[in-house]
Amino acid sequence: MSTFEYSEKVVEHYENPRNVGVLEDANGVGVVGNPTCGDVMKLSIKVENERIVDAKFKTFGCGAAIASSSMLTEMVKGKTLDEVMEITNKAVAEALDGLPKVKLHCSVLAEDALRAAIDDYRKNQKNKH
Amino acid sequence: MKPIYMDHHATTPLDPRVLEIMLPYLQEHFGNPSSSTHIYGEIAKKAVEAAREQVVQLLNAQNPAEIIFTSCATESNNMVLKGAVALSKVENPEIITIATEHKAILDTLKRLNRQGVVTRLAKIDKYGIVDLDSIKEMINDRTILITIQAANSEIGTLQPLRSIGQIAKEHNIPFHTDAVQALGKIKVDVEKDHIDFLSISAHKMYGPKGVGALYLRKGHRIAPLLDGGGQERGVRSGTLNVPGIIGLGKAAEIAGSDLTGEADRVRQLRDMLINGVLERIDQTTLNGHPTLRLPNNANLSFSYIEGESLILACKAFAVSTGSACSSETLKSSYVLKAIGVPDSLAHSSIRFGLGKSNTKEDITLLLDTLEKNVKRLRDMSPLYEMAQQGIDVDKFEWGEHKH
Repeated sequence: MSTFEYSEKVVEHYENPRNVGVLEDANGVGVVGNPTCGDVMKLSIKVENERIVDAKFKTFGCGAAIASSSMLTEMVKGKTLDEVMEITNKAVAEALDGLPKVKLHCSVLAEDALRAAIDDYRKNQKNKH
Repeated sequence: MKPIYMDHHATTPLDPRVLEIMLPYLQEHFGNPSSSTHIYGEIAKKAVEAAREQVVQLLNAQNPAEIIFTSCATESNNMVLKGAVALSKVENPEIITIATEHKAILDTLKRLNRQGVVTRLAKIDKYGIVDLDSIKEMINDRTILITIQAANSEIGTLQPLRSIGQIAKEHNIPFHTDAVQALGKIKVDVEKDHIDFLSISAHKMYGPKGVGALYLRKGHRIAPLLDGGGQERGVRSGTLNVPGIIGLGKAAEIAGSDLTGEADRVRQLRDMLINGVLERIDQTTLNGHPTLRLPNNANLSFSYIEGESLILACKAFAVSTGSACSSETLKSSYVLKAIGVPDSLAHSSIRFGLGKSNTKEDITLLLDTLEKNVKRLRDMSPLYEMAQQGIDVDKFEWGEHKH
């Protein structure tokens, strides 16, 4: 895979990824993937009143995985938990103007990370009560 | 601006001297060397025989009739394996090889396995160097061939050809080597190294694509893959690719002269690159042997970073990776796997194949680019963060593989 097989948007997000890092005050964290498969994504979210007010990511993976992670954080910020449940890997890939066929699994990684972070948030809330 | 080319194991640019000598044979000297009752054929035939002689010189072969021109090294490899099996009278013949061979060997063997041929994989060490005792132990009265590459295209590891050849000779078993990566970089001598068959590719040594050769020692026979007009002593029928063959000849001549000077120059660049990476960037490893390697090969793993993402960052350079994410099949390098590199590190590996166009300035720029981007990508890597916290990412319990 080289840059010319990626959309301009993928390359732009790879080169200037948004929201890189770990949220200090996160209340939901999802880690998905496996280094032996070549990709791992860690997504941390801060939820207030059932709304994601902030999100950050760290990703070990190819250009498409990094771009998908970056795009996901942009897509979830400001949305309610109900709203983000609508976000699928397909939506992430479409927002990036498409991914090469062999890279579609990278957008699945992003969707999985989102689900894992929300599950973690719910679990944390439950433990509080 | 086009990226700086550092993928010379994949292919090399055509040397202008090679192009120049080929051109007339694409135009006015179009004759068929097999039809030399007239001047057209005669000119072509003379040029082909001169090219054959140039290949003879490069390999230190004894006789021009030992050089068979083919379309590529894949064809040469197929010819030897399939041709040797076809003529063998042994039931379930065995062929000794190693797990890091090119697919033109391994997949050909796989097909032959269905006909009852048995592949015996000799042991290799962590650098990919074959264990000579393992070869000796595998030899029996059903062994019909030993095929071991001269140099590996991914990790650059050089095999002890002379010792292997000696063993083969002692046991009276033919020895084939795929030498495409080695020619023009290290001296390969079919006499001293006791080689019976040797595969050559022109485009790996600044010659044209679509032409290769097979060295076939006198006294050894193989069945042809192609039947037809009986060209190349009946071993390889088909009208000769005259311009290609002439290009291969010239490339072989230049490759021979490159063994002094150019090989040393590239070796210095390689060492500058390897030492620069290992000294300036922590958690990096060299794959393959530190010294018994091609002078133009550096294969390095940058822990906690996926190879393709680093390649994207180094867009000023054309390099390749052992990571799955760059391949259509999403499988990581079988070569790195065979020498015991864990999957996570295989994903983090980059192969640098240096060549004639590369300079010291290129390496300086490459080292700066690598240092900067490894840092950038590690700051983005959850694995690096875990490692900083003292967690061993290879032992951590990850979720199941999704793909």
